[in-house]
Amino acid sequence: MTSRRILITGISSSLGGQLAQRLELDPRVQTLVGVDTSDPQHRLERTEFVRVETEQLALARILGAAAIDTIVDTRLAADPLAASSSRTHEINVTGTGELLLAAGAPGSTVRKLVFKSSAHYYGFGSDAPAFCSEEVVPRRPSGSGIEREIVEAEARVREFGARNAETTVTVLRLADQLGGEERTSHLALLNLPVLPAILGFDPRWQFIHQHDAVGVLAHAVLHEVPGTYNAAADGVLALSEIASLLGKPMLPLLPPFGTGFAAAQLRRLGLPVPVELARQLRSGRGLDNRRLKATGYGYRYTSREAVLKLHAQQRLRPLLGSGEDTYRYDPEVEEFLRRSPSVRASASLGSNASDPYAPSPPDAPGSASRGSYESLSAEEVIGIASSLEAPALAELRRHEAATRSRREVLVALDGMLARAQG
Amino acid sequence: MAAGDPPEPDPTGVTVELAVGALRPDGKRAPAPREQLREHLPGLEPDRRVSDWGRSERLEGLVDRTVYEFLYHYWFRVDVEGIENVPPGGGALLVANRSGALPADSVMVARAVKEAHRHARPVHLATTNHLSGVPGLGALVMKLGGVPAHPANVHRLLFDEDQLVLVFPEGRAGARKSLRERYRLENFGDGDFVRAALRARVPIVPVAVLGGEEAMPTLGRIGLLGPFSSRARLPVFSAIPLPAKFKIRFLEPVAPGSLGTDSGQDEALIQALSADIRALIQENLLEMVGHRRSAWL
Repeated sequence: MTSRRILITGISSSLGGQLAQRLELDPRVQTLVGVDTSDPQHRLERTEFVRVETEQLALARILGAAAIDTIVDTRLAADPLAASSSRTHEINVTGTGELLLAAGAPGSTVRKLVFKSSAHYYGFGSDAPAFCSEEVVPRRPSGSGIEREIVEAEARVREFGARNAETTVTVLRLADQLGGEERTSHLALLNLPVLPAILGFDPRWQFIHQHDAVGVLAHAVLHEVPGTYNAAADGVLALSEIASLLGKPMLPLLPPFGTGFAAAQLRRLGLPVPVELARQLRSGRGLDNRRLKATGYGYRYTSREAVLKLHAQQRLRPLLGSGEDTYRYDPEVEEFLRRSPSVRASASLGSNASDPYAPSPPDAPGSASRGSYESLSAEEVIGIASSLEAPALAELRRHEAATRSRREVLVALDGMLARAQG
Repeated sequence: MAAGDPPEPDPTGVTVELAVGALRPDGKRAPAPREQLREHLPGLEPDRRVSDWGRSERLEGLVDRTVYEFLYHYWFRVDVEGIENVPPGGGALLVANRSGALPADSVMVARAVKEAHRHARPVHLATTNHLSGVPGLGALVMKLGGVPAHPANVHRLLFDEDQLVLVFPEGRAGARKSLRERYRLENFGDGDFVRAALRARVPIVPVAVLGGEEAMPTLGRIGLLGPFSSRARLPVFSAIPLPAKFKIRFLEPVAPGSLGTDSGQDEALIQALSADIRALIQENLLEMVGHRRSAWL
């Protein structure tokens, strides 16, 4: 079955919006509908946005009217910082239940469900294997609220799959994401000038870059991958390794016993440390990501490369600053762009010309070694520029002005030139 | 590429790629079998100095050059026999007798494989699960190549990564033997190690280690709750390992064959093999004890 008519929930999140942008590029996809409770943050060309609560009747009407055949549920809140605990319960358990009811209603056209879950499903335990594979069942009833909610949500999804045997159900357990702009607790920790650690522990940590998080969701939509899969990049890093990659010292501030007390101290310093993060800092966890790779998905970044990209992002943040034009959703404008006969078709579809998800050649380690200059993003150019001398910088600025002429890049290069000469 | 099936054409003419795995009668696809997953192990990242298991090349190298070097050559003066029984490639399960209170024996066996074997293979040491919760020590052991003895870990090392794994089936009972009981092997537990080797289809190399008991003798037990309580008895041992002479003998590998379909027969096979290997190591130990003239020279 080819997925042609797709509904994406949680489209206002970073992951949902980018997934919609990715799927828009595929000509096989006929219809894209996005639902969420707040406005989208990404510029979307042909995705319809409907602002609606995750509630069975409303969703069932949308599913039926648009003859949706694939649902991608990206709503799951795996991070306690996302919302209050009652709200996350509402999102994770109640919302998932409502969505499944709508999808499983008699006469439903839904033939595929892709459910974004989280590696927090496994919890943290000293008796867990070093690389949790999909068959590992977490110890219960231990685990924090979020972990229990994830287990509950996945159980409901599995029940749904059992009841609707002809529907392909894919569950993707995503590791901690790097590379996004959303405020999550682990990113808040890694953005600190110093990495706090628990004295006597050097936990293992595995990540997934947001590019790959979007990629695995798109892979599940565009191919038939029934079952449960871990989605995490290759490589499990030790916290000391992460600290050295980020160029920050690792300070064992927290006492090994009574981490609750230490977490309270950190909270006073402005860093809320949820239970999952405290456990991560103590035990760490690795994931076995091979089953998804066996279905044909190729990861673009390893964990180490994802951390290096985070480092580049951290260095560039003061430079880029307000250079980006932030997108603001305006329903009237979107309505005009889509429905008005005055808008010329070629103008709107041309902007996403290059497909960043096209498989890169196998020997390209990542960003900087891709083909032509035009395919480099602003951050990549600035990253390269930071290692150049003044004459090369001037040449680069001339080249940029002549080709892409991106405002933020020119501003950053001017700043670097001024510093190099001054 | 792991997918064995050709892409199935869609009625509208666009090919749809299908997931790997055999097509089951109900139309669903089975997930990839374990054998195919070996191809998808993470590749080597040359810039990394720490492995995915947490093993630190830098720290291990440092400790190896200083402490282990000293212990191996000068303190314990290790003699190695039968090193050619350790296979040059592929996974193998090294099974040794636990002697003495502290794991000097595991470190010496690992060093022996690295030093005496012409291929200098790294050995992963299976450690008790409880160690990972201990601050400081847990992290240190992980960085030096200790891996918690979870069956999934052992299987991944043996089967997927083709590595050598060293286990001590006597468990903690072995570490607590008093001087009088030295070199008498405790029970080899459930035969878990045989099960692991069967699942991973790797040979078992029995190893007899002599010298550990004298180096780290458990001098006795102190009963904390009176002389008759057997549970709360702390072993008393010397903190510094004494300079006993170590002899490590690698015995011929035992290829356990493979698991059949009859689980009852398998259990019998596992128990029999476990007993056989225990007897083999015991025999060799007693022979080595008989032959030596002094425990120290």
